[in-house]
Parts: sequence; structure tokens; C-alpha cells
Amino acid sequence: MTRKRTNIMVCGGTGCLASESEKVMRNLNLILKARGYDEEVEVIQTGCFGFCEQGPIVKIEPDDVLYVRVSPKDAKDIVDEHIIKGRKIERLLYTEPKKKQKVGKHEEMPFYKKQLRIALRNCGFINPEDIYEYIAVGGYEALGKTLTSMSPDEVIDIVKKSGLRGRGGGGFPTGVKWELARKQESDVKFIICNADEGDPGAFMDRSILEGDPHSILEAMAIGGYAIGADKGIIYIRAEYPLAISRLTTALKQARELGLLGKNILGTSFSFDIDLKYGAGAFVCGEETALINSCEGKRGEPNYKPPYPVEEGYWGHPTCVNNVETFANIPPIINKGADWFASIGTEKSKGTKVFALAGKVNNVGLVEVPMGITLREIIYDIGGGIQGGRKFKAVQTGGPSGGVIPEKYLDTPIDYDSLLEIGSMMGSGGMIVMDETNNMVEIAKFYLEFTQDEACGKCAPGRIGTRRMYELLNKITGGKGTMADLDALKQLAYMVKDSALCGLCQTAPNPIVSTMKHFWDEYVSFIKDVDHPRGEGRYVAKNKDVARGKSK
Amino acid sequence: MKIKSLEELRKIRQESLEKIKLREHGETVENRIEILVGMATCGISSGARETLNAFVDEIAKEKLDNVKVIPVGCIGYCHAEPTVQVNMPGKKPVFYGNVKKNRVHEILEKHIKGGEPVESLILPVDFERA
Amino acid sequence: MSGDPKKHENKKMIKIKINDEELRVPEGITILEASHEAGVRIPTLCHLDLHDLQLYNKTASCRVCMVELDDPMRNKLVPACVTEVYDGMKVRTDTLRAITARRMAVELLLSNHPNECFTCPKNLECELQALAEELNVREIRWEGERMNYPKDTSSDAIVKDANKCIYCRRCETGCNVVQTCGILSGIGRGFHAFVGPFFNIPMVESSCTYCGQCVQVCPTAALTEVFHTDKVWEALNDPDKHVIVQTAPAIRVALGELFGMEPGTIVTGKLVTALKRMGFDGVFDTDFGADLTIMEEAAELIYRIENNKTLPILTNCCPAWVKFIEHQFPELLHVPSTCKSPHIMFGTIAKTYYAEKKGIDPDNIVVVSVMPCLAKKAEAKRPELTKDGHNNVDIVITTRELAAMIKEAGIKFDALPDSEYDKPLGETTGASVIFGTAGGVIEAAMRTAYEWMTGEKLENVEFEQLRGMDGIKKATVKIGEKELKIAVASGLGNARKILEEIREGKSEYHAIEIMACPGGCIAGPGQPYHHGNAEIVKKRQQAIYEEDRRKKVRKSHENKEILELYEKYLGKPFGEKAHELLHTHFEARERI
Repeated sequence: MTRKRTNIMVCGGTGCLASESEKVMRNLNLILKARGYDEEVEVIQTGCFGFCEQGPIVKIEPDDVLYVRVSPKDAKDIVDEHIIKGRKIERLLYTEPKKKQKVGKHEEMPFYKKQLRIALRNCGFINPEDIYEYIAVGGYEALGKTLTSMSPDEVIDIVKKSGLRGRGGGGFPTGVKWELARKQESDVKFIICNADEGDPGAFMDRSILEGDPHSILEAMAIGGYAIGADKGIIYIRAEYPLAISRLTTALKQARELGLLGKNILGTSFSFDIDLKYGAGAFVCGEETALINSCEGKRGEPNYKPPYPVEEGYWGHPTCVNNVETFANIPPIINKGADWFASIGTEKSKGTKVFALAGKVNNVGLVEVPMGITLREIIYDIGGGIQGGRKFKAVQTGGPSGGVIPEKYLDTPIDYDSLLEIGSMMGSGGMIVMDETNNMVEIAKFYLEFTQDEACGKCAPGRIGTRRMYELLNKITGGKGTMADLDALKQLAYMVKDSALCGLCQTAPNPIVSTMKHFWDEYVSFIKDVDHPRGEGRYVAKNKDVARGKSK
Repeated sequence: MKIKSLEELRKIRQESLEKIKLREHGETVENRIEILVGMATCGISSGARETLNAFVDEIAKEKLDNVKVIPVGCIGYCHAEPTVQVNMPGKKPVFYGNVKKNRVHEILEKHIKGGEPVESLILPVDFERA
Repeated sequence: MSGDPKKHENKKMIKIKINDEELRVPEGITILEASHEAGVRIPTLCHLDLHDLQLYNKTASCRVCMVELDDPMRNKLVPACVTEVYDGMKVRTDTLRAITARRMAVELLLSNHPNECFTCPKNLECELQALAEELNVREIRWEGERMNYPKDTSSDAIVKDANKCIYCRRCETGCNVVQTCGILSGIGRGFHAFVGPFFNIPMVESSCTYCGQCVQVCPTAALTEVFHTDKVWEALNDPDKHVIVQTAPAIRVALGELFGMEPGTIVTGKLVTALKRMGFDGVFDTDFGADLTIMEEAAELIYRIENNKTLPILTNCCPAWVKFIEHQFPELLHVPSTCKSPHIMFGTIAKTYYAEKKGIDPDNIVVVSVMPCLAKKAEAKRPELTKDGHNNVDIVITTRELAAMIKEAGIKFDALPDSEYDKPLGETTGASVIFGTAGGVIEAAMRTAYEWMTGEKLENVEFEQLRGMDGIKKATVKIGEKELKIAVASGLGNARKILEEIREGKSEYHAIEIMACPGGCIAGPGQPYHHGNAEIVKKRQQAIYEEDRRKKVRKSHENKEILELYEKYLGKPFGEKAHELLHTHFEARERI
């Protein structure tokens, strides 16, 4: 996107569209053109700001001024006063109820709710062991609706139109996956919920299973109906005993009420779910490894194709979706594809749950609309860096992701933008690092994890990750040479290129991204040793940083 | 009992609404008060079970028949576990963080009995639910 | 190497490009298969496609065959061995990225591999070593930890050296998919992963049948045979010992390969000369034992048919198969024939009849068997296969070990003249030669059973329906008024199917031959390594049938020395003395 001098962002969420935001846009464009400002000012329709009751919302960037309840006739003032003369329009600013004080700047608004909870909607709100509480908040309504008034193709159509993509990390469009599974001709199909959450620091799936287990059961039944499966499996790691116990309770209750089992809600659709326990191997989150593990085989991936939707559990077409993905399904069915698609960015719809951790003040689970910036998550929701220290980088995507330095903090994040800046969405781990963290040590931390969790099947994954870890140890131990850095880099790219499955293809990402953004920290380990007097440009500014005095 | 149709499901929903009305809107038919305790793994490991037990014990001791303690999942505020939400008729729900068991008495005395939230423990809720 | 050609019949032809070569190839083949037609060589390591021998390893785990897709949408490296071609696909095998990735995959494997090629049993036979040369590996840049597991030398047949395991999983595919034994599987994870029996228990404690399919396909020396050549040299140099040797039928059609001869070359005469020059006091043919086996087995079959005893009868020449049924189907131990295997029969006769005839104390006779097999090494140690405190057979060496000894002895094998086997116990028939291939034992038995049951002469001795490479072959043989239903299973997975039918009472057969190795003994794990080329095995099979056709006598019961043996020593086939010497029993074993 080429940035013009000023962007006028007009909310295009359903709520704002309902309150004439389109007319606001049209008028803004007309007036800008009339005043000759259309070259330097661009009007952009955005996803939902999550602030619908004050809509239509208009935000002026880079001024960071937010106008609420903008009517089409306000367009003239916005252009004439704000754009041309640089004056804020008082009457359109948001009034904070308590203080009766106008606040224009986005970050000054304490009530501006940056979080929108779809997947986590019921977590902390209902008693997860009481099915009637789930029903009271509209639970199983979506299942009832699909079974009584929708064909499987219509269900798939809604999910496709909603733009929902897999929340486990890959970001594959869920509707497309379901469609592929549906098209397989087979009497026996399976739908599997991947609850083998394993990224260090990520626990949104556990939180959903513990706080809202019925939403997953409901979604799996909907998925089963859509693809033509009458059997579901939840593959959950045995280290989640509470989630297992709540799921077990939920399954029992749902069966008692006939929401699982034969002829659900009096229809011809029958569906039930089994629990299978994993032993907590990270690689079992990879779908072919997961299926091997479900079958009682060694948990390691197979070469794809054939994909599980073609040949999965015991050779039958099998659709594997992640917990958070499933949690989005009932709201999509209930509120419609358009509602969901109105949230987020062009190619990434809806929200994403992140496990915010590291050096931020408010660590925790946050669920935000796609397209939010990292700065908003870290500073507005996370409350900034602990101890007022300086931000250095944030790692998204767990051990498969990369570090993102400060210059990208304002990137609106979604599946694609994160890939562009050298990281990935992953399952939603988000670890914030401050100036005291040494980035080579960070890379080593992740490599230690992946080389240990690699299944060992392919040579690059088995030996390559080990050799990278050993090289990092050598480097951080002060024994590395510049040739080691070259070897490490070359090996990192080779493993990315050659490993068999996603786990090890992405394992070098922490190295690749820290080398890209923090090369001097690597070099400082080398030159400080080889050349005790130092060579100006290679000596890190802060020796403590270079020596890795981080936790 | 099996639910035989979508209509039956909706009927059950209507009957169950009382369970949660209070939480959303502060509405209730009776003068019921709810205390929701975040009982996910993370909450429990931070002491939520002790907090929940302390509420139950003290409520029994004080014979507060209209107060119900409900275990719920987590709301993601790891930095402030254990978390507790108090729902009272006619009032906006109040959300507390860092409620170790030694703060239970204070909440019961000041908030539940006295109607005055314990300001020092209140957390701002910065999300909307779909 | 290029998979089953029938698989691609009637497939749509599509256009692809490999490097600069435009090709029209059938849809659905892999890049690797297509590369053969483009005159491009893509190296492979874990990949193994032996369709006639039932093994197809497609783990795609070594990443040595990575090639680059020249496609803006999918510009990436893919493994050629499993990636199927699509219309318009452009593949480059010669980019820096692909070449580097392939070489580095081998470098990584070598960085975790013992540097002991000089003394390695697979020196110059090792596929990893060959790849290092082919891919121009000149240094190993990654120093670091290497696997350090103790060698498993617990069994009498197979040595497992996990430190040389490159985790290609061929052995596992052979053990689990082909043989359905489930002994070998991946253990540990990450850097420490290797293949072994569960919990890495010693091989001897597992239910391993020692079929040796794993040794046959292992690209390195992670799985090899236990070497017994030194014991043979010791015996040959002991003046008190009368050392005799017998060679299995499959040796003569394979040994030449190890001396640069074409696969399928029959080297019986040179083999005998070499053994004589090495100093054996008698050079004999296991075929004699095979003819003896037929006498006993055909008699046993007729006995069972005439007396309404257990049918089908199962042949049991193959010791891996015997161990398989003992572990996996202990409830069916009454079904197989009780005959000893041919080389054990030979050993028994050598230490009784031959000893008496020659006036040698059996204690001083050392019987050496040259076998295409590893299971025979363990079989020879079985306690019930002894007489008066000495083993029926003392030492078993493989075809490969024999070749190594011939080289050690400085014998120029290809320049040797032909010689004849010694007598007595030297006469053999065409029937016994075909023991070397799957289907041969039952065919030989039919040649004899037919004549015995009908009293008529069998004109056409070649039973075509029992030949070929299929894993399970079925035939109905008309013998007089009777129709005998016959089956041949090679590969223990196929044996399992047959046994399950028997257990469920659904088997309609009278006689079934079972061999553990797909294809029979010609494809045994003691034979020269075929390195993935199943055509070699087919040529050996053709040579076996050729050898049969060359024989004047092609029926076991027409072997004059055999007839003399019965007349002078054993009495009747399946009679009392024969029972005592030539039959054995089985033992129910645990399944681990």
C-alpha cells in the first residue's frame, strides 16, 4: 500500500455499514476531489474497529484522531476543517462518559475496546460444567440451525464466505478444507479436533477447552454434518487433565441431552466424539503425525500428498481442525458469514487469540481483530514493557516464527503480513522481548526446543536442527568464528528448504530472523573474542546485551 | 432426557436464561448474587481453588443464602490470577484480579454485604464478547 | 527401479520438463520415475521400490533427492522420490540450491556417522559411502555429537549397529509391512532416533525370525550378518577335523555377481573348485538334502491325505518361517511338516551314514553350510537339531562370506575350471535345484507325489502355475482321480494371510509352501546385495530353472544315491529311522 500524506479510514464493518458509512465514504471522496486533495489523501475502507455502538467511525491517520457517529453530511467538515486546516472537529470526538472530556487520540481512550472475543466468548462467563449455561448463551442453536434448515453445502458455503482460516498456524481456509473433505467419496469419514497445543507459551486452546468445552463439541458436530462424518475425535495432550475432565463432563451431558449420539435433535444426523490422548510430543500437532498417533503408531509426519482429507485416519478421509478454529464456527453460523467477514483484514477475517507473554506488564490471553497492530497489542492491551524498559522485538508463531523488530510494530497483523515480515501467525504465541534480551540466546532457546521435539524422521530435521543448536552454543560460548556464522546461515536455509514437515521447515526461522535483524549481536560474540581490542563496527553497544545477560 | 427438536432446545434456553441474565445485564428475578471464579488450570495454579473454597466456606458461615459461587473458565488475565467476577442485581458486573484467599473476606464484607466494590482489586475489562 | 510399469498403463500422458529436456510421461508417476526417461540421475537413499519383492519404502525422509520446482507459484525444493508430476511441471535438478541441499543432506548424515569405512563390513557396498562420492562431498562442516549406542551382537544371525543407522526406515518397512513381524521400529526422537526392537531390547529377546529382510535392504552397516568366516578358517586348519561343506541351491546362481559376473551366471563348477582349493575335505550339495526332504515330505503328505490327518501340510525348509509360526501362531504348530530343513538333513546324514561309511568319528566332522540366509545361522544353533551332543550343522556362512573367503584365499574365481561335487551325497536332481526359488519346493514335491500316488510317469515336470514372482500363487494339480489344491506364499506377510485362513478353518489347501523371503532363497539376505535392483533377483530365478532343465534327473525319488541311502541305511521314507534322524519338532514361543 503506497501511503499518501493522510489516510481517512472509514469503518466498513457491518455495524457501521448499517449506519451509512458507505455514504460517508462516497461524500469524503467527492469533496476531496472537488478540493483537489484526492492525490494526497486516500479514503480507505477498513474492517471493524470493534466499536460499533459509536459508528460510523472515521479515523484520520497518521494524526491518530478518531471521530465517532459520523454522518454523511459531516464529510465536508472533515475535509475542510481537519484535512485542509488541520483542526479537530470537536463535536465528532468521542466523549468519555465519566469525565465528560473529549478524547480524540486513539490511545487515550480507556474504553476503546481493542479486544473482541469470538473464540473466547464464553470463557470466564459460563460454568463450563453446566450444559444449561451454554444453552442459555445460545449454545447448540447453531447446530440446531444447520441440522434443521441448512444443507451441508450451505454450511460449507457460509464457512467459506466467512473467510475463516485455520487457527492452528497454517491458515488454510477452513471452508475449503471442509469442501475437500465433503467431496471425497467414502462411507466413512472423520473429523478431528487438534487439541495437541504445544507451542511454548501458547495456551488458548486449553483455555477454550477448559472454559467452553461445549462450543467445540457443537462445532465438531456441525463440521461432521458438513463433511459427512458421523465420528469425531478430539486429540488432546494428556498434560491437560482439567481440559480432559471438562470435555468428558461435556460429552456426557451432550449425550444425555441427545445433542450428540443418534438422531440429534430429531433429525437423521448422528454424530459422536471420542477422546484420544497424546503424550505431548510437539510434532503430533502436525496433522499426519497426529493421525499416526491416533492410530497408535509412532507420532511422526508422513509425506503429503495424500492429504488427510483424502487418506487420513485408518485411510479414511479425515478433516483436522484446531480448537480455536472450531470455536469460531457456532458464531459464524449464528451471526452469518458477512458479520464475520466484516471483522479483520482483506485476507484474514475475524479475530485471533494471542498468548501475550514475556516482558509486557499484562501477560495473558488476548483476542483481537485481525489487522490490529503489534503496538496496540503490546502497549494498549499489554500495558507496555515491564519496568518501562525499551522494546526490542516480539516473537510470534512460537518456535516456528521469527522475531519482529520495532520498525514493524505498526504493521497491521494478519496471516500474510506476518509472513512478509519474516514471522508467522502460528498458533498465536507472542513473546515480547526488551532491551535486556540477547537475540542469539533467544534463537538458541527456540532451537533447543525444536531440535528436542523433532521426531527425527528426516535427516535435516534430525541432524540439521541439532547441528544448528550446537553451532549456536558454540557461538554464544564465545568459541564461534565468522565461518561458523556462514555455516549456520547456510544450514538454516537448507533445513528450511529440505525438511519433511512444517515443524523443521520452520525451525530455522528464529535464526534466520534474528540474523536478519540483529546480525551485530551474532557478530559481537565472535569479534569480541577473536579481536579482544574490538573492531569498532562489530562491537555491540552494550556488552551485557552481547553477553546475553537475559533471563 | 433427550432434546428432540430445535424448538425444544429453544425452550430449554428460555428456561436456562435465568442462569446467566444476571451476568450480562444485572437482571435477576430473585435477589441473587453470583461470584464467578476463574477456574482454569492457570487460575487454579495461582490459588483459585483456595479462593473459591474460601468464598464457599465464608458464605456458609455467614449464611448468605442468596450468594452463589460458580466456577468458570479463564478470561485470559494471567497477570492478575486468580480472577473473580461479582454480579449483583441491578449493577454492572465488577471484575477483580489478584484475589488470593486472604482478600475473600474483604470482598464479602465490603462488596457483597455492603454494596461497595473493593476499588483496589478492580480490573478494567477491555474486551467485548461476540 | 521405476516401479510397476503396469501401474501406469492407460494413464493420461502429460508434458513436463526436467532441466532442459521436454518429456511426455504418464500422469501420476513420480519425478524420480520420470527422470529415468530424461537421462537425468537423481540420487536416492531411503527410497526403495522392489515391486516384485513386495517392498516399497516411500518415507521420503533422507532428503537426498531434493530437486527444485521451476514454478513462480511453487518455487521450492521437493523430494523427487514421492512427488508426482503434473502437467506443465518444470523441474530443475541442477540448480545450486538443489545441488547444495542434496550434498548437505549427505554431509549431515555423515556428521553423525562413524568414520570407519576401512573396517566396515559394508565397505564398498555402502550406499551412503557411494553417495558421498557421487555428490562430491569433500568435507563435513558440522562437528558435533554423534550417536553412541552399544552394538547389539546378542543374536546368532544379525548384528545391529545403531550408530550406523541413517533412519531410512527400509528395514522397518520390510519388517512391518512386508513381513508383518513388527520387530523393528523407530525408537527415541530427534537427534537420538534410530531403529530397533521396542525399548531397544536385544534382538535375541525379541520375536525376530532372523529372516534378514532388514539386512538385505539396509543401505549402511547398521544391520549386517554375524560373521563366521574365522571359525571356518580355524576348522580348515585343524588337522584333526574332517571339514565338509555343502552349498545351497541359490548360491550357484548368485556368487558370480561378487566376482564381476553378470547376474544369473551359473557358477556351480567354479564354486566347487574354489571350495576344494580352500581345503575342504568334502564338497557337497545341499540339493542332496533337498531331495531327501522331498522323499520325506511327499511321504508325509501322502500319509496325511490317506489317513485323514491335518491338512494342509506346510513345508518348513525355511527356518525364518518356522520361527515366525512359533512366535506368531503357536496354536498351529501341528500343521507344518515335521521334516528338518535340507541342510540340517544333510548335516545329520553326514554325521551318521557318511561318517560310518568313511569310518570317521562324527565328533571330528565339521559341517559347514553355505547359505543365502541368515536365519540358518540361528537354526544351526537350535538345541533340538543335535545328535549325541554335536550339532547337525556346525557353521553357517552366507554367499557374501564365502566370496570374502575366496578373496582372502587369493583364489581368482573367474579363472577357475569347473569341478564336480564329491560322492557319496553328491548326486542331485533338478527337483532339488529349484528349492532355491519360491514355489520350487512344492513343485519338487509334486513331481514325486504325483508318481507315487498314481504310479504313473509324470511327463511334463514343469508346473508353470507355481512359478513367477507373485507373493501368493495358487494352483490345482490333478493327480489321478484326486485334485490337490496347492499354494505358495513367499514373504511372511503372505504367510500370515495363509495361516489366518487355516486358523479360521477356511483353508481349502492340501499343501502349502512358505518361504520368508519374497521370491525365495535366491533373494535371501545372505546373497550379494542387489542394491534395489529387483531384476537381479529375476535373473537368478531364471538361472535356477535353467539349471533344473540341464539336469538329466529331475525328480527327487529318481536320485540313485538317495535310493541307496534309504535301501542301505534309512529304510522307508517317513519310516522309523527316517523319523528319528530327519524329523524335528517345534516350540511355542512368546510374541514380543
